[in-house]
Amino acid sequence: MEKGMKDHAALAEAFINDEERVDWHDGALWWIRQKRDIASKQIPEWEDLRETASRIKNNVLSNLHDYLLQFEANATLNGIKVHWAADAEEHNAIVYSILKDKDIKQMVKSKSMLTEECHLNEYLIERGVDVINSDLGEYIQQLDNEPPSHIVLPCIHKRKEEIGEIFHEHLGTEKGVSDPTTLTRFARRHLRDVFITRRAALTGVNFAVAETGEYVVCTNEGNADMGAHLSEVQIASMGIEKIIPKKAHLGVFLRLLARSATGQPITIYSSHFKKPREGQEMHLILVDLGRSRQLGRVDFRDSLKCIKCGACMNTCPVYRKSGGLSYHNTIAGPIGAILAPNLDMKKHADLPFASTLCGSCSNVCPVKINIHDQLYQWRQVIVREGYAANTKVLGMKAMAWTLSSPTSYSTLGKAGRWVLNNIPFAVNNKFNPWYKQRDMPDGPKESFDAWYAKNNSQDSEKD
Amino acid sequence: MTVGLFIPCYVNQFYPQAAIATLQLLRKVGVEVVYPSKQTCCGQPMANSGFEHLTQECNDLFLENFSKFDYIVAPSASCVLHVKQHLHSATDPAEADRVRSNVYELVEFLTDVLKVENLRARFPHKVGIHQSCHGLRGLYLAQMSELNALPFSKPVHLLNMVEGLELVTLDRPDECCGFGGTFCVAEEAVSVKMGKDRVTDHTKNGAEYITSVDLSCLMHLEGILHRNKSAIKAVHIAEILNSTL
Repeated sequence: MEKGMKDHAALAEAFINDEERVDWHDGALWWIRQKRDIASKQIPEWEDLRETASRIKNNVLSNLHDYLLQFEANATLNGIKVHWAADAEEHNAIVYSILKDKDIKQMVKSKSMLTEECHLNEYLIERGVDVINSDLGEYIQQLDNEPPSHIVLPCIHKRKEEIGEIFHEHLGTEKGVSDPTTLTRFARRHLRDVFITRRAALTGVNFAVAETGEYVVCTNEGNADMGAHLSEVQIASMGIEKIIPKKAHLGVFLRLLARSATGQPITIYSSHFKKPREGQEMHLILVDLGRSRQLGRVDFRDSLKCIKCGACMNTCPVYRKSGGLSYHNTIAGPIGAILAPNLDMKKHADLPFASTLCGSCSNVCPVKINIHDQLYQWRQVIVREGYAANTKVLGMKAMAWTLSSPTSYSTLGKAGRWVLNNIPFAVNNKFNPWYKQRDMPDGPKESFDAWYAKNNSQDSEKD
Repeated sequence: MTVGLFIPCYVNQFYPQAAIATLQLLRKVGVEVVYPSKQTCCGQPMANSGFEHLTQECNDLFLENFSKFDYIVAPSASCVLHVKQHLHSATDPAEADRVRSNVYELVEFLTDVLKVENLRARFPHKVGIHQSCHGLRGLYLAQMSELNALPFSKPVHLLNMVEGLELVTLDRPDECCGFGGTFCVAEEAVSVKMGKDRVTDHTKNGAEYITSVDLSCLMHLEGILHRNKSAIKAVHIAEILNSTL
């Protein structure tokens, strides 16, 4: 971690201080997890679908180079201008140059976590381009000058009263109004003006089909379509891992995506974009931003199968109790914790440890990413690369030494139990994080070892 | 058939009664059990913290203690899973492989290997099961709610043989308790909040006892129960299954 930066544990603790909010956050996400369970259990072939999706993605990752070139060729034939960006800086520069060419100073965006990863909004605003996020949750986050806390539900950590307050401050709604319908209607009116006046629209990409050179954008609000259909310049930003080989594969992913994300059978809008309409320009930017490096990490390449449904976040008890912003990374939760160290291992060294390794994430994942195993593997890499705190290294060495020898282990065990029995205040104090909100176990008089040595012969005779 | 009894380090030191119950239960169902006295720990605390490279001596010690047995049985799903997944030997990989595939958690040994159908036990109380994640999703001791698959539960199968025992239904039957090894201190706030919520689920559904196949989860939940002066007790499943008629 960088000096002065708070790690997941500290940020989570701050979130947990407001216990009422945590309970509500936890409950809201658990409700969505339950909707996902109901939806997935209505399809008898659910587990087969997961397996199929996982295999399609394995194929994609093994042939990424070929599929990307095939996609580029077909998209170009369709009339889409395809760009390649190695990193965030290149991506942002491409977007800016497209806008500059047309002298466009205002753009509307639909949800794209990739552009969040690239910090595109800040980049464009610095250059005098106004950007508005049109996904309602993202819009609220933008007004409040905060990043999204969840990839599907960007402001799930905010209560409706807080949103009412933000609207009052920024959009001039009446103070104290927190009715969701009223607020949504107000935002819609405001965003309609945006859609009508913006000459450029940027969307994310959920799936890009190599075979046809088209891409699919899934939203529940139709905001991507509103922006794209009304604009004269349409830009799509996609991570290179979003490619799928054939149009026939779309059915597999579209059935899995919405059910995993929110428990819906399908997103309200699953829009196919293939070629620009007359008079419109269409650009698509293929962005690497660490993807090919992750592809080269054998233990972590599977993380690129992710279709960004957010199911792992909704099911993750740590995420539900600690809030998405505690992960200090664009993609939060379990999947974020295995993507982030690839981007910056030092900055994100804490994230693979922000898990109990309960394994729920791997089992809800619609493309079967072994998320919790990868968290375990990252821990090994992070320690090996020297990003563990010195105190932890010393502690672990001492523990390994003690446990390697039956004699030292037994001596220490005896000492530990003696302390618990005779001088409990030696461990029951504020330096012991266990004791802060939990009691220590009672120290039994003797260990099982000692009992066995004394009783085993009698015990055997009795039997 | 001789079973090597594997008693994890913290069970040995803090919960001898669960280890004793395990030993007596195995003998009661007719198994010859030996406890190799030079055992310490499976190495999981180091490995899960990213220090798997420091666990070779623990692995070697484990092999030294348990190589000679047909089966190795432990009252802890978490430690068993660690051995199953990570026990390695630089000098005798084949032996490590054999040991890995012969190590069993107590409940799965009773249901899958011994196929126990009768226990002659009595525990007239309302009991909530805390599914240990390593038992549930690692050793697959029960069906997890994440999968679209038929339900089953090995712990429930055994607890149903106990006279007078009434299982309570939880709102979230397979949620993690937040122990998570060193997570419980490194992420103290999240860990405790998760534990408190697990306890609440059991409390509001009327449990008098919380049981589990993992004492580590129970140690964490018990710490919270004690602190809050709750009347609910944590008890390892071996103690229930070994209770007398």
